[in-house]
Amino acid sequence: MASLKELKGRIVSVKSTQKITKAKKMVAAAKLRKAQAAAEAARPYAERLEGVVASLASKVGASDSAPKLLSGTGKSDTHLLVVLNSDRGLAGAFNSNIVKAARDKALELQAEGKKVLFYLVGRKGRPVIARLFPGQIIEQYETTGIRDIGFEQASDISAKVMELYEAGAFDVAHLFYSKFRSALLQIATGQQMIPVPPPADVPASSGAAVEYEPDEEAILADLLPRNVTIQIFKGLLENAASEQGASMTAMDNATRNAGDLINKLTIVYNRTRQAAITTELIEIIAGAEAL
Amino acid sequence: MALKFELVTPARLERTADVHMVTVPGTEGDFSVLEGHAPFMATLRNGPLMIYATAGAAPEVIEVEGGFAEVNEAGLTVLAEHIAG
Repeated sequence: MASLKELKGRIVSVKSTQKITKAKKMVAAAKLRKAQAAAEAARPYAERLEGVVASLASKVGASDSAPKLLSGTGKSDTHLLVVLNSDRGLAGAFNSNIVKAARDKALELQAEGKKVLFYLVGRKGRPVIARLFPGQIIEQYETTGIRDIGFEQASDISAKVMELYEAGAFDVAHLFYSKFRSALLQIATGQQMIPVPPPADVPASSGAAVEYEPDEEAILADLLPRNVTIQIFKGLLENAASEQGASMTAMDNATRNAGDLINKLTIVYNRTRQAAITTELIEIIAGAEAL
Repeated sequence: MALKFELVTPARLERTADVHMVTVPGTEGDFSVLEGHAPFMATLRNGPLMIYATAGAAPEVIEVEGGFAEVNEAGLTVLAEHIAG
């Protein structure tokens, strides 16, 4: 049995851990509200853009002159996985879930004999992917030191992706991030980004002839890169909200566990102390009786 | 008699209002949209977007950078990449 002093030390250390997790939980809760609002505010733009791209794509889609971003390069030998991670831990399984989703996809593609490359955003997923797929990380994007991730970062990332695509470095791109459902539920998802997947439901055209300026194809060529940027932007915002949500949940659990542990340790501490006192008393009484 | 106007940036829905007329800086020249405009879609250049709340009123000017505008039965939607201020 641990001595009284040791027990006391452990209680103190668990208490200080609890203070950290509690503080982190409150910080996450505050940040979550902001991140969630940002993610929601970004939805109208993404929705409208998607609608326009879908209707344009259905018009231009079939023709041979369709932009490469829409029709693809005609093959799918090399896949680029853009993996969005965060820079900090203390968020439960948030980062590892995203990495796991990306890893499963990569293994699946490799089993099909495709070449897989990675573009990593954020610091956390890097060591794992570097170990599993050495030499396949072609690009990294640093997000350390950026307080509020925003459209600017999304533009930078998408510009790099487009550059690689133009250079023929890959044929298909996927985006991996964590979808925010609620503070308790975040879903790591992957989606195809390039070429733009054919719209699942083409909105029924209103019948009225729409005039385009410049023509449909020029507009589409302008909109598609923008659509890629918006998808990345959306991914970044969803990720930010998910991270805070996951962090809040994980820290709430940790705080509760620490509380339980403190209770248990305190009971053991009190019992041990009581036992020591009883032993002392028995010794004194036994000594007195012996006289 | 009002035109439903929406200005949206990636970060948020900037403005939604009923206005008289909006002048939009299109890539191939400025154009103005009144209520009942035919369906139309155009890309934007960097330039001033002028919003006339009522006929003859002094316009409110917002600098927009890149994006596109869509006119449909519902009104005018401007998706701007970035707006000044």
